[in-house]
Amino acid sequence: MSDTESDFEATLSNADSAVAAFERDDRTFLSYVRHAVRNYPTLVPALVLIVSILVFGLIAPRFLSPAVLSLVLQQVTVIGIVAIAQTLIILTAGIDLSVGAILVVSTFVMGRLAVSSGVPLPLAIAAGMAIGTLMGAFNGFLVAKIKLPPFIVTLGTLSVFTALKLWYSGSESIRNADIEANAPSLLWFGEAAARPFGATITYGGIALILLAIVFWYILQHTAWGRHVYAIGDDPEAAALSGIKTDRTLISVYAVAGLICGFGAWVAIGRVGSISPISFEEINLATITAVVIGGTSLFGGRGSIPGSVLGALIVGVFTTGLSLAGVDDYWQMFAVGNLVLIAVALDQWLRRATQ
Amino acid sequence: MSAHENQVQPVLRARGLMKRYGTVVAMNGTDFDLYPNEVLGVIGDNGAGKTTLIRAISGATTPDHGIIELDGKEVHFNTPQDARNAGIETVYQNLALSPALSIADNMFLGREIRKSGILGSLFRKLDHKKMETFARDKLSELGLLTIQNINQTVETLSGGQRQGVAVARAAAFGSKVVIMDEPTAALGVKESRRVLELIQDVKSKGMPIVLISHNMPHIFEVCDRIHIHRLGRRLCTIDPKTISMSDAVAMMTGAMEPPTETMAT
Repeated sequence: MSDTESDFEATLSNADSAVAAFERDDRTFLSYVRHAVRNYPTLVPALVLIVSILVFGLIAPRFLSPAVLSLVLQQVTVIGIVAIAQTLIILTAGIDLSVGAILVVSTFVMGRLAVSSGVPLPLAIAAGMAIGTLMGAFNGFLVAKIKLPPFIVTLGTLSVFTALKLWYSGSESIRNADIEANAPSLLWFGEAAARPFGATITYGGIALILLAIVFWYILQHTAWGRHVYAIGDDPEAAALSGIKTDRTLISVYAVAGLICGFGAWVAIGRVGSISPISFEEINLATITAVVIGGTSLFGGRGSIPGSVLGALIVGVFTTGLSLAGVDDYWQMFAVGNLVLIAVALDQWLRRATQ
Repeated sequence: MSAHENQVQPVLRARGLMKRYGTVVAMNGTDFDLYPNEVLGVIGDNGAGKTTLIRAISGATTPDHGIIELDGKEVHFNTPQDARNAGIETVYQNLALSPALSIADNMFLGREIRKSGILGSLFRKLDHKKMETFARDKLSELGLLTIQNINQTVETLSGGQRQGVAVARAAAFGSKVVIMDEPTAALGVKESRRVLELIQDVKSKGMPIVLISHNMPHIFEVCDRIHIHRLGRRLCTIDPKTISMSDAVAMMTGAMEPPTETMAT
């Protein structure tokens, strides 16, 4: 060491040189659990799902039948797909209150073009998904370039898109009979792909699982996915690390819009008709699923499989409780408690890391 | 040192940099010179504009006026990525690490390696293994960390370890210049010592370093020349072997005039 080294550092050569050794926090059982949950964030929702299925199976044995379990999957198909979009946005420390409005506008673009205007179906579906992407990109532009808080942006665009939806639809539904007569393929995702053991697996349910796998892959194994996490974690650090944060943020909102547009097609099949007042609760339902799935509202941590599991947990609770003969409001009560527990767990994990 | 300035071409040279934030003048026509194979200290009072100067040469801020030259060629940095592509790596005071991502992810943030073949080109798949190996090699090479798990998230590391990751990232990817902004500010005595040794290590690999610090003993220990910043511009550059620490502080705060023979304007 050089000769200007201060005296107070002279004893350093005797110091413990293990300063830079990585410490592992597996000293106690609790910190071991915390470590495991932090490294495998989908562990908790996966366990909760399994346990809740078993518990409801004990309370109402009918619950464990393939028919009922597949019904749960059908019920959460659209919420699950939109929850994937919501997850991408929440991972960037944002929130999207306009996903439901984007979804319904897209259903009407598809429906009006294919059913009323006789546009070829692929074109109508592409147009619906393009409009969804455009609406998402508009959110992203306001968030990234005008630097407005995502909550306010999407609260505003929720009203804007809802108004557009009511204007474009003329406040009228497109009936199932009309869709079947003019564009039956719009309903394809509602059809059963397989009926093993009395269960009904729809194409929509399969689409949800495939979409979840695709976005899990994108988040874990592409640079874009790592950037989504980095931006949610610390946007300043991400920008200094050379990530084009504005461009990435806009693309996240646009992709979320695209997923909502795809969800619109699935939703038409699931519901069978197109109504301007459908899916008004899906904004909060997707946030619920994402939070129960272990994704942090503060951004930077969470996963796509977690959100799908979160949606399934909500489905299991509502279906299970209703089979057990519990009133609707107690179902809401239970789901609300799940959200509170999930957020408290997230806080506990975050504290563990500081 | 004055011979230095006449004969050798600076690696990084800036002239007349101006930056205004509203009515605040953060840089008022400052100059900057960094020569090959040296550690240049940058000192200055709070608000003197050191940070803006550093942000300008690392691409985080675009100056309103003035020129920056790298190896004699004029460069324009609009983003930190531009500076990085040109070979200038910066260790920011806040480290610019993403706590929830792993050490390997952090080292390659913004410059990820994709797998070769169709997996990489079509499916954009990252080559995690290659990046992990590289990160582990670089950290061991600098003797900085005894690695147990390169996939450990950065948030599980201590302050000194995080600093180590940030320095290793800069040293691994910097090809022309490494800039360190207050690398020891958040560290204990022992960790500071480690970072100072690290600076010597990086220097011995032939890389010039810019070191910004308020810690005078550290600056005087490792720097070959010291750039004193005052009121938004370079006041002078001094040789730490001929000027005392207290005189440097006096110049930096305006209590003393800079020595005329090293005036650098």
